[in-house]
Amino acid sequence: MNWVAWQMLTGDRAKYWGTIFGIAFGTLLISQQTALFVGLMRRTANQIDGVREATIWVMDRDVQNTDEIRPLSESDVFRVRGVPGVSWAVRYYKGLARAKVSDGRFRQVMLMGVDETTLVGAPAEMLLGSLADLSRPDGIIIDLAGFEYLWPGVEPRLGQKLEMNDRRAVVVGVCKAGAPFQTFPLVFTRYTRALEFAPPERNRLSFVLARSEAGRDVGQVCAAIDGQTGLLALSRDKFFWRTIGYYLRSTGIPVNFGITIALGFIVGTAIAGQTFYLFTLENLRQFGALKAMGLTNGRLVLMILLQASIVGSVGFGLGMGMTAAFFETTKNVTHLAGFFLPWQVAVGTAAAVALIVVLASLVSIRRVLVLEPAIVFRGAL
Amino acid sequence: MIATYDNATPSGAGTTAMAVQCHGVDKDFGDGDTRIQVLHAVDLAVPSGELSLLVGPSGCGKTTLISIIAGLLDPTAGDVSLFGTSRSRLSERELIEYRAVNIGFVFQQYDLLPALSATANVAIPLLIARVPRTTAFARAGEMLDEVGLADRADAFPAQLSGGEQQRVAIARALVHEPRLLVCDEPTAALDARSGQTVLELLRRVAVQPDRAVIVVTHDNRIFGYGDRIMEMADGRIQRVRVRDGHAAVAPEEFPGFDPPDAPESQQP
Ligand SMILES: Nc1ncnc2c1ncn2[C@@H]1O[C@H](COP(=O)(O)OP(=O)(O)O)[C@@H](O)[C@H]1O
Ligand SMILES: [Mg+2]
Repeated sequence: MNWVAWQMLTGDRAKYWGTIFGIAFGTLLISQQTALFVGLMRRTANQIDGVREATIWVMDRDVQNTDEIRPLSESDVFRVRGVPGVSWAVRYYKGLARAKVSDGRFRQVMLMGVDETTLVGAPAEMLLGSLADLSRPDGIIIDLAGFEYLWPGVEPRLGQKLEMNDRRAVVVGVCKAGAPFQTFPLVFTRYTRALEFAPPERNRLSFVLARSEAGRDVGQVCAAIDGQTGLLALSRDKFFWRTIGYYLRSTGIPVNFGITIALGFIVGTAIAGQTFYLFTLENLRQFGALKAMGLTNGRLVLMILLQASIVGSVGFGLGMGMTAAFFETTKNVTHLAGFFLPWQVAVGTAAAVALIVVLASLVSIRRVLVLEPAIVFRGAL
Repeated sequence: MIATYDNATPSGAGTTAMAVQCHGVDKDFGDGDTRIQVLHAVDLAVPSGELSLLVGPSGCGKTTLISIIAGLLDPTAGDVSLFGTSRSRLSERELIEYRAVNIGFVFQQYDLLPALSATANVAIPLLIARVPRTTAFARAGEMLDEVGLADRADAFPAQLSGGEQQRVAIARALVHEPRLLVCDEPTAALDARSGQTVLELLRRVAVQPDRAVIVVTHDNRIFGYGDRIMEMADGRIQRVRVRDGHAAVAPEEFPGFDPPDAPESQQP
């Protein structure tokens, strides 16, 4: 009877594709929006993830995320170095600056000042130029998306000039870096140079980046730094999640995406459920005839579940295909780069689709279960 | 030339030869104020080897009775037995199984599956019985040949005329060689010519020595095809007439059988 179920389903092209469309639509919305959401949330913490060498971030106790910084005093780096278990500790500047492009336009940029000798916090992947050129006076490295934003239509190249805080800066490198949440251009330079580019302030040390000694538990070293300096030391992971948690809690983004994802689920279920139910209704007499002819309820339910899982799988495949195609076509669009479809999102979407399929077939199953086989001898239905 | 058949309680010698026996079958629908009694103490016996017509005006309870006989409805009171098996002794599951194996159905609206070819439709009772698809289709093909539709084997219901669809439905009802065939108004949706073809086909293919065939109809154009005419009115069997000289089953096998030349009489 599985064969019969398959024939019944595909025999009604309109409803077959209608149900598939509902599921594909739900799949597309759920997976694509979830992936974008996850990508966007990751962006809030990209600047933490980008600093691979440091295992510990030390900051003021008030700091909630990487963008809301209360500066430390310059001497704090020495206090951190003095804590047992700390292998090394360096200064790190992170802040917003106003850049004036040669033709007079102003753009906000995110300025990153890295330790001059160790270059901890410098970009990991250079596209043009080299890290060593940061030692040149006025040298800055800019990320590709930022370059395209500051000089639209200009082929990425070295030697472009900027002014920040009335000081000249020259592009000595173009790098690839995880985009920040606010999508500002990323400008990397030496720590001392960054202080000159940055707006004047009394204290300007944003973070102390540190690494625990090999074999030491990072959590214990963090606790030791906390105890000894009164500052807040967090492992990279902790700071990463603290930042994401902050944006999750204090912005409308989760609600926004949540609504879209829920809509995908509801509309997908509604379209798929409605069309599939119509399909069942139209075949009700036939189901009744099958019941009269001795087909058990159990086997009828299996037929319906089979039909539902077929449209579910095809719809899921199509929807996932569309999502994958979206991320595939946008992966080379600079300002969308970095968004991708994590496998966890695919698995989660599959679970949601399974739920949609079950919900959509429940009504149909109920209808067929209560169906009296005697109706086949009745004229109308 | 038309004889009456006294439909007294079929007890005593020879009753096991009756394919279908109804004993005091009542059927009520609804409850409380809306309760209506549709069947009143119906006693009926239908033998194998004949084409029996259940006739009567619309609304008199024919469909209800045939549904009870075929195990699609439960009687409110009384019992039905088919080939010596009492309905009341079968569980719900056993009843479904019994239907699948022993009963063939022909419906007024054919009720073929539109997405399936004629062959696949005919094969359904075998598929329900878990016969492998190739075997089932081969058998269905032979059956279509018997009803004269071998050349339409691959056609879909929408491509067939009403008469052809009903012939496919008859092939479907017989493919698993049931012992009882029930047809509810098989000609109601057909023109006179197609209706006659269907009845001729039923006489030729369906009637077998060990099979009972019950055709419900209010179409008097086809009364002539019946070996036995069971007349119903207001939820009661009024009388049973047997075709003159019909010899499919020996008269002595029927308790209370009146010889064909007896005068017509009316049952209450
Ligand atoms: N499920 C039901 N509920 C209530 N009344 C019913 C039901 N089925 C049949 N009836 C009533 O029983 C009577 C007999 O119906 P039916 O057996 O279909 O008659 P026939 O087939 O002779 O035309 C009718 O009055 C009909 O309205
Ligand atoms: Mg009727």
